Amino acid sequence: MNNENMNIDKINSFQKQQNKEEMKKQIITFVLMIAFTVVAFAVVASGLEAIYAVPLILILAVVQVGFQFYYFMHMKDEGHEVPAALIYGGIWVAILVALTMATIIWW
Amino acid sequence: MSIATTQKKGFGAVLWDYLTTVDHKKIGNMYIAAGAFFFLIGGLEALIIRIQLIKPENDFISAGLYNEMITMHGTTMIFFAATPILIGFMNAIMPLQIGARDVAFPFLNSLGFWLFFFGGVLLNLSWIFGGGAPDAGWTSYAPLSLQSPGHGVDFYVMGLQLSGAGTLMGGINFIVTIVTMRAPGMTYMRMPLFTWTTFVTSILILFAFPALTVGLFLLMFDRMFGSAFFDVALGGNAIIWQHLFWIFGHPEVYILILPAFGIFSEIIPAFSKKRLFGYTSMVFATFLIAFLGFMVWAHHMFTVGLGPVANAIFAVATMAIAVPTGIKIFNWLATMWGGSITINSAMLWALAFIPSFTIGGMTGVMLGAASADYQYHDTYFVVAHFHYVIVGGVVFGIFAATHYWYPKMFGRILHEGLGKLSFWLFFIGFHLTFFIQHFLGLMGMPRRYWVFLENQGLDTGNLISTIGAFLMGLGTIVVLINVVYTAVKGKKVSGDPWDARTLEWAIPSPPPEYNFKQLPLVRGLDPLWIEKTEGKGKMTPAEPVVDIHMPNGSIYPFIMTIGFFIASIGFIFQVDNNVWLLAVYFGMALALGTMVVRSLKDDHGYHIHKEDLEREAD
Ligand code: HEM
Ligand SMILES: [Cu+2]
Repeated sequence: MNNENMNIDKINSFQKQQNKEEMKKQIITFVLMIAFTVVAFAVVASGLEAIYAVPLILILAVVQVGFQFYYFMHMKDEGHEVPAALIYGGIWVAILVALTMATIIWW
Repeated sequence: MSIATTQKKGFGAVLWDYLTTVDHKKIGNMYIAAGAFFFLIGGLEALIIRIQLIKPENDFISAGLYNEMITMHGTTMIFFAATPILIGFMNAIMPLQIGARDVAFPFLNSLGFWLFFFGGVLLNLSWIFGGGAPDAGWTSYAPLSLQSPGHGVDFYVMGLQLSGAGTLMGGINFIVTIVTMRAPGMTYMRMPLFTWTTFVTSILILFAFPALTVGLFLLMFDRMFGSAFFDVALGGNAIIWQHLFWIFGHPEVYILILPAFGIFSEIIPAFSKKRLFGYTSMVFATFLIAFLGFMVWAHHMFTVGLGPVANAIFAVATMAIAVPTGIKIFNWLATMWGGSITINSAMLWALAFIPSFTIGGMTGVMLGAASADYQYHDTYFVVAHFHYVIVGGVVFGIFAATHYWYPKMFGRILHEGLGKLSFWLFFIGFHLTFFIQHFLGLMGMPRRYWVFLENQGLDTGNLISTIGAFLMGLGTIVVLINVVYTAVKGKKVSGDPWDARTLEWAIPSPPPEYNFKQLPLVRGLDPLWIEKTEGKGKMTPAEPVVDIHMPNGSIYPFIMTIGFFIASIGFIFQVDNNVWLLAVYFGMALALGTMVVRSLKDDHGYHIHKEDLEREAD
């Protein structure tokens, strides 16, 4: 009896530890995302030339989307393999289409 | 018990039942019935085309009407016959194969069906209200489709938009169902091939249909609201339509053929009494076909002038598809090798499929050789190619599935004699019609022309082709007679009339509304066969008998669809008169209002109680 209780206590404290970690990650990513957004605005405000500013902002955007998917939408957790595969499949098709359009229609 | 009560219902009650049903089996039946109806319409149009071409310079129908016939035939057959009938079988069978009680989103399932059905109705209304049906071909290339007078092409745009939305919903629904609702023990690599192909087909739908949706929107705005996406004179680009259409269009042909592959991969092992040869490679080949299928669309545009580099890339990618397809052909042959084969109607269709489809694949590779395609393109050679794959592959698959699963769906078995008669009529008619067209094409007979001239060596070939078409028509009529005869007098059967291998045969025919009284425990590939070989003969339950949660039926999907339908008609006619905008507003308000009501009103479904389940006999 006593033993069992102890086990449950252990599980509970493990769970608490996990939640704490998770919370920490969520907050860090949240802060990072705000930082990214601020940087993006700052880049434009600083009057950096467009050839540098546009790619920089795009990179920031891609990283931010990654964080959104993996942390806020829990794609890093187990059981999200199929949605992940489908999202990457969709991205792949979209890139392919954009690339072909760009090369054989407008080039 | 429950069956007896259904039989006593009046006509009104039955109609209401079908209008509101969210049961995947009933929705599957409706998809197949509606698809069969459109198949007959499309078949009639085909016969009219063939009568026109029975002799040189025939004047059975006018040139304009001929263009409407070929457009409506192609559009109807692809979007409203073949696709929905296959989706019908997926609905009816796939949840049973994975041991699920329904699809993941029963409400969406019903909405998807009604959108498809009213899309088809809208398209066909163009005959009466459109000042002529659409006449720019099923591909509706701009700028031809922009020039087409009357409202025909507008009906095409709105009809396909409605049904496309429905198909997209169906695809998403199947994906979620297969990922989340498999019975205990049903791992991915234990899923039957038909479930696998349903899964991969749904992924194709998910990625391919948006391209069509976008293309149709652009066409809609060009035709109805004065934009100029495809209008070269105003700086648009007509080629974009071709790309968007074929980015959708080529995956669409795989959306059609993959389920048929799945069907044959069920039937051949069942009647060879052997497990499917090379199961893993079959799954792999299905994925490979889907993957490559997205990178070959420009093979429909070799003669557009994409340049040698683009043509070469797409030609190589196209030919690569023959490899996974070949893997499948050899696997089916190897499955039969050394098996104890039963040849009945279902198996006859499967056997006939293999050589017929192989011919179509071979001409496909020929067409895929870009430089040679300059000779073949837009001739009857292409017509022969795609009918060999679509009729010899998809339609044979549909007939095979009809014979194989009819007992499961309706509890009666189709008449064997009539089945064989219809097979031979159709099979002979099919090869008579289309084999000769290869040569007509090579001799230079162009596609989509309403007459051909005398003494150019085309007369006999065309006559033979028309005779074949009538044989196919006869074959189809015999299938219909068979279905009616069976519904009235057919032999009743048990749950497992074929002594088959997969889960759907472990439950009664037709299945009760909850499918599985207790979810089955799956112990391997061909789960029912495993239990049979181990002497048990039936599935081990994975749960005790418990209350089963069921979704409530709903009339909302039907009302939403009516709303979108009215709005579509409004869009078409507001070009003539602004008053029709009222129909747009009213229809949209009806549809969106119903969505709001549906979102705000909680509907928790109901339970079938344990006691009632226990009372029903096994
Ligand atoms: C080995 C596999 C295949 C290859 C290499 C192949 C190749 C081709 C090529 C190159 C064309 C364009 C011909 C032209 O317009 O000049 C074509 C047309 C067509 N194919 Fe295939 N194909 C294959 C399989 C299929 C399958 C499985 C289906 C359907 C189930 C299909 C349906 C069609 C249709 C409908 C067209 C004509 C579209 C139109 O212009 O209206 N093909 N095929
Ligand atoms: Cu293609």
